[in-house]
Amino acid sequence: MDRIPILKMGEFLLVTIQVDLYDRLALTLESDLMNMVSRTEARGVLIDISAVSIVDSFMGRILGNIASMSKIMDAETVVVGMQPAVAITLVELGLTLSGVHTALDVEMGMELLRKKIGPTPTDEEDLYDDII
Amino acid sequence: MMTLSKENFEIKREPDVILYRNRAKELAAKIGMSLVGQTKLITAASELVRNMLRYAEGGTGTIEVVVRNNIKGIRLTFADKGPGIKDLKLAMQDGFSTGRSLGLGLPGAKRLSNEFDIKSEPGKGTTVTIIRWKNGL
Repeated sequence: MDRIPILKMGEFLLVTIQVDLYDRLALTLESDLMNMVSRTEARGVLIDISAVSIVDSFMGRILGNIASMSKIMDAETVVVGMQPAVAITLVELGLTLSGVHTALDVEMGMELLRKKIGPTPTDEEDLYDDII
Repeated sequence: MMTLSKENFEIKREPDVILYRNRAKELAAKIGMSLVGQTKLITAASELVRNMLRYAEGGTGTIEVVVRNNIKGIRLTFADKGPGIKDLKLAMQDGFSTGRSLGLGLPGAKRLSNEFDIKSEPGKGTTVTIIRWKNGL
């Protein structure tokens, strides 16, 4: 069965969707991601959809689901790289993607995730060292 | 309105959708439709194909290149022999769904199309036709 790969990058999970999704594939990604969040104790999920040429109501719902499920598992979700034509289409379709954080590209998405989850424990220790 | 070309696709399984979508996009690009237009067209198609798979176990998708008043467009037809829709007016309302979806499928597809037509007969099936014109905004 087809699967979208999920990469672990420190405390974040990174998903780059490079194929057009059909419903079953999107559902598999949803459950794979939740299992990974639980197993790796990830604090953030970054989903890059820059190669996706179509987001319909089902795909939009899956993105919303992933965001709210992550939230209750103490992880933030950021969707990045939406093509302008896809954004225009989504709004006309009537989908607002409420509850999903978005950023323009992977770099800005990473920055947003870091800001959302606050300083990591090691950063805090460093700060403490400086004060002493 | 004149039909310049016509292709039929049997849509029985989810992956069939991608083949259909890609071909529709290819033809839309070929007649010079904008990227936004192409995206709206295939997003509408995606919604309508899903309905066919979910409620009618699939059906036939047709892609036509049509021309009217010298302007080209893409006409997509989705025909199934499913249970049909009892109340079309209700089905066309935002947020109405008998499945567990958001209920954006039919009204959303209509908003994304320049022309939209739906015929349904309970027990016989449903046919939806949409058109996006090359110059349609």
